[in-house]
Amino acid sequence: MPAYILRRLIQALLILLGVSIITFALLYLLPADPARQVAGRTASVEQVQRVREQLGLNLPIWQQYGRYLWHLLQGDLGRSYLQRSQVVDLVFPRLPATALLMVGSIFFELILGLTFGLIAALRRNSTLDQAIMAMTFVFVSMPAFLLGLLLLYFFAVYLGWFPIGGYGEFKHLILPSLSLGLLGAGWYAQQMRSSVIEVLRQDYVRTARAKGLSRARILVLHIVPNALLPIIAMIGLDIGYFMGGAVLVEAVYGWPGIGQLTWQAIQQLDIPIIMGVMLVVAFAVAMGSLLADLIAPFVDPRIKLR
Amino acid sequence: MYIIKELLKRKLALLGLLLIAVIVLAAIFAPWLAPYSPEDQLADGLTDIGEPLAPSSHFWLGTDLLGRDLLSRLIYGARASLIIGLLANGIAVAIGALIGVTAGFMRGWFGAALMRFTDLMMAFPSLLLAIVLAAIFRPSLWIVVIVISMVNWVQIARVLYTETTSLSEREYVTAERSIGASTFRILFRHILPHLIPTITCWATLGIATTVLLEAALSYLGVGVQPPTPSWGGMINENQSYFQSFPWLVFYPGIVIAVLALSFNLLGNALRDILDPTLRGRH
Repeated sequence: MPAYILRRLIQALLILLGVSIITFALLYLLPADPARQVAGRTASVEQVQRVREQLGLNLPIWQQYGRYLWHLLQGDLGRSYLQRSQVVDLVFPRLPATALLMVGSIFFELILGLTFGLIAALRRNSTLDQAIMAMTFVFVSMPAFLLGLLLLYFFAVYLGWFPIGGYGEFKHLILPSLSLGLLGAGWYAQQMRSSVIEVLRQDYVRTARAKGLSRARILVLHIVPNALLPIIAMIGLDIGYFMGGAVLVEAVYGWPGIGQLTWQAIQQLDIPIIMGVMLVVAFAVAMGSLLADLIAPFVDPRIKLR
Repeated sequence: MYIIKELLKRKLALLGLLLIAVIVLAAIFAPWLAPYSPEDQLADGLTDIGEPLAPSSHFWLGTDLLGRDLLSRLIYGARASLIIGLLANGIAVAIGALIGVTAGFMRGWFGAALMRFTDLMMAFPSLLLAIVLAAIFRPSLWIVVIVISMVNWVQIARVLYTETTSLSEREYVTAERSIGASTFRILFRHILPHLIPTITCWATLGIATTVLLEAALSYLGVGVQPPTPSWGGMINENQSYFQSFPWLVFYPGIVIAVLALSFNLLGNALRDILDPTLRGRH
């Protein structure tokens, strides 16, 4: 087990290295001039040149990357071009807000998705099943921002049950989490349904029935744990998908998380922040899938980590 | 023929096909169908105090903040969504197939390198990468197509890689090899035909993903640029006033969802029909 974790961590580091190289190379292609952006529109050519040298943008790209990597190894993500502070100090204070949003939406995803998926599978081909499946298709076909705006309009503007935006209290968390969570719930419900249908056909379920076990017992001990197995891997992969959705939903609700920071940085071509966020997200994705793989053997003891 | 017969049996697939047909026809015949020009700021398109008009018999879906007819903009906007959906997804599937099949069939260091690169791309959150790319290049319809295809090929490459590796382990492939069949013959006669169902499903379901990605980019303002009407862009233009004029956001939003939904329904039906491992379960 420790050897397995170590190997996965090394793999994660290699992926981070790759992500940093690709992102760096992409940002280097930028047709706009970051030095001009920093110096401002009215700056003279000399001033822009001075800024360029200060930021090290005049060096050849491999030297720039080398410098970036060297600082990165020391835990330094660099300095924002436009906001006069370290990227670390900009990214990390915003992590809790996004993490909270993520926990909230994963909660809705799983509660709604797994419950409805299970119900649909157990009542297969009934009207209820068809209604649930139709709903899941609607949710997975909706752009995250549209769902956000719809919920915002109906529950905050029209009914007034929730605040229109803001951050800090529990009531602020509900609508943004639902906006992201309902989309995911559609996905999970579809997966859960086919997963449960698959398990229902297994011999051990028939055996359990033949032994005369109660329906509830079969459901809780035999069906659900086995059906959850493919789902766990999905949760790990979800984190990457989530970060994209967070940009949209945070924009709709003015949620002060990583998504907003990133979006702002992209608009201002603040390369160090974009790099930093990409690395943090790639790290989160790698850790998410590692965690999912580590949990899997607890649900299914047949799985051996190699 | 079998596929068409099966599709016609499924109500949801038919609904998807019908909706796609309506949207495609609207896009093609936009100049004849749209009551107004999508870019004209109509003289009677705003109220006396300069507010957009609510839906009425004159403007069926109302007018936008600049006094343009919303229905006409929606009809023309179908063009951008469809062009990007079909083209960007087509390119993504082609890239994914090329990389996945090559990596699965060639093996060796080259195949391994291709797959490591694919894994690396999977670590990037696709929407985030697309936003960065679209913001880097000055966005236009064609840039959006390229950006989306550059981030969306990854998953299909992974799936086709797995299928190709398993196919090239089959006995009939070994048999072909042993009687001296050329690599090309094996690839085109014995491997690619088996991949067609998977590719068809992904090509259909992928359009839904692409349409949503395009809408997200346009919503953030890095997609198709005005004055070209695009559905996501219309939401972006109008969203700051959506509390007062909600229809300006909801109608474009609904058509985006309907287009994505119809391709999802069709693609899902195709997967049921084409994937033999799932057959008989529904």
